[in-house]
Amino acid sequence: MKQSITLDKITKFMGFEFLRTLKLIFTGKIEKEDFRNFLRKVVVPLASMLLFIGLWHMGSQALYNTEATYKIEKALTEQGQEAADAMEACIASGAVKCQPNTLPSPAQVWASFNTLLDDHFAIRADKQAFAEKTAALNAKRIAEGKDAITYTGRPSFVDQILTSIKTVFAGFLLALLIAVPIGIVIGLSKTLRSSVNWLIQIFKPVSPVVWLLLVFMIVKTLTKDSNSDSAFIISFISVGLCSMWATLVNTAMGVSSVDKDYINVAKVLKLGTFQKVFKVILPSALPLIFTGLRITLSVSWMVLIAIELLAQSPGLGSFVWEEFQNGAIDSNSKIIVAMFIIGGIGFLLDRIMLTVQNMISFNKNDGI
Amino acid sequence: MSIITANRTTLDDNGLFPSNEVMLDLKSLKKVYPTPKGDYVVLEDLNLQIRKEEFVTIIGHSGCGKTTMLSMIAGLNDISGGNISVLGKHIKGPGPDRGVIFQSPSLMPWMTALQNVLLGVNQVFPDATKAQRNDIAKYYLQKVGLEDAFNKRASELSQGMQQRVGIARAFAIKPKVLLLDEPFGMLDSLTRGELQDILIEIWNKEKITAVMITHDVDEAIFLADRVVMMTSGPKAKIGDILNIDFERPRTRKSVLEHDDYYKYRKHLIDFLEH
Ligand SMILES: Nc1ncnc2c1ncn2[C@@H]1O[C@H](COP(=O)(O)OP(=O)(O)O)[C@@H](O)[C@H]1O
Ligand SMILES: [Mg+2]
Repeated sequence: MKQSITLDKITKFMGFEFLRTLKLIFTGKIEKEDFRNFLRKVVVPLASMLLFIGLWHMGSQALYNTEATYKIEKALTEQGQEAADAMEACIASGAVKCQPNTLPSPAQVWASFNTLLDDHFAIRADKQAFAEKTAALNAKRIAEGKDAITYTGRPSFVDQILTSIKTVFAGFLLALLIAVPIGIVIGLSKTLRSSVNWLIQIFKPVSPVVWLLLVFMIVKTLTKDSNSDSAFIISFISVGLCSMWATLVNTAMGVSSVDKDYINVAKVLKLGTFQKVFKVILPSALPLIFTGLRITLSVSWMVLIAIELLAQSPGLGSFVWEEFQNGAIDSNSKIIVAMFIIGGIGFLLDRIMLTVQNMISFNKNDGI
Repeated sequence: MSIITANRTTLDDNGLFPSNEVMLDLKSLKKVYPTPKGDYVVLEDLNLQIRKEEFVTIIGHSGCGKTTMLSMIAGLNDISGGNISVLGKHIKGPGPDRGVIFQSPSLMPWMTALQNVLLGVNQVFPDATKAQRNDIAKYYLQKVGLEDAFNKRASELSQGMQQRVGIARAFAIKPKVLLLDEPFGMLDSLTRGELQDILIEIWNKEKITAVMITHDVDEAIFLADRVVMMTSGPKAKIGDILNIDFERPRTRKSVLEHDDYYKYRKHLIDFLEH
């Protein structure tokens, strides 16, 4: 009897139970006892969201006013009444050059989000046009054995997001490929575990910045005369090295702390080492390994932004940094858009890991 | 108090069974646990012989060393002194010739019932075909009444069902000796009765020498050919042995209605209350 995976189960797995409740409402299948559920799972979260936006709005308004008053007073003390009046009028007119620079309001952030989307579609159209224009030429160049001409325009916001996701997955994969096998090996041997423990304890708390510099030193030399994308390589390796520790420690712990009863069963049945590891130890360590992987993925995503920012490698991190340095009128709100996107993607990644974890492990975990 | 009240006709001059009848032989067995406060001698000079095709139950006060003794027979616990032999050969470590049913079912929760049984069967019958091994595993699962749960994951089964799988797994590897450590201790009395019936039914067919620890006097009498009573620790040994002369196959009803039942029961309870 294989369990069928229904949409309901997936949404429940992923902690989106309110979707199910919503579905019940729309299909008219709601019962009285479901109503409390509906209140708790739909109405209350929505209300808190509105409250959050309201508070944010008021807060940004207050900050705006403080900043505006400060500007006017500064003009008054430095240049006199006339300049102050001019400044006040300028701020009231909404002119770009004299807007107070502070926390943007929800509406401004929403507007920036739309701007970024429009920008993305514009760039995409541009790219397509470029591809069509150069299609014939490129075909010819390839036939002649030359490199094709590639689009070198500015990446859009969505491109940056995709780059970031690509980098984080490469880093995560690297962490998985390094940490899980090593974790298994040191989990199996007590001697090995105590002999490498100091190394793990020392490297685990090292900051992403230091990893980046270390990787930079090495990769820079290794990729000196190749034309590979060294910014990408440096950032994904740094991400992997920063984030692999949770998986390493959890895997080693899971492997070394298998229930004594299972080990006894393996002993009584005289299972060989291979069978013991793959049929008993690994499956029983799997939940902990996945807990580690889940932490690794969220750490990857968290450090990625910082690393991109420092490594000047394209992605959300450098987007944020560029906007910050740019100082354009909507830069602040674009940074906040990026913040929400970063948070949202981080949340989604965590949910995906939780789903995989729940499907694989035998004791179900409630997601928080 | 008579140390051995076994059937006199089968004993030799030293009060021992003829060696060709003995399956399991514990000689001057000793177990010492080192503790921070010095060595703790759990078992000392413990002698016990168990014949082929015999079902022996062991009772004794909690903490007297029953689990220690059984895990030593299983090879999962080091022997501090004396020796244990199976069919005249000293044991060295654990092995599938001594199947164990643990107190907790100890199934791999990520495997199905069938996979759990197959884990042992594959190991013990490496030369059988896949189909043959499947048949063996399924046969024993059927015997314990799990024909509808072959492909259920162990984690989805109730405690009682899990212990049924444990029984199937133990019999399916066809051990010479079956060791059971309070296998039904964690079950409610209704389920316990069911599982006793299942256990004894399979055992009647397979006649595998069985040693079972229990704290339930009625269970001890119902299942056993002999009930072995251990003295309280430290330095526990065999205190007394009671022959249960009911005919087999037995039913619970016939046992309860037998004239000797209360005599046996009184004997055991008197021992435990001393
Ligand atoms: N690994 C151990 N180390 C030290 N003492 C132990 C250990 N295992 C059991 N003991 C002690 O040995 C005694 C016998 O234990 P056990 O064999 O589990 O008793 P029983 O199964 O009869 O209840 C107990 O006093 C227990 O505390
Ligand atoms: Mg015990």
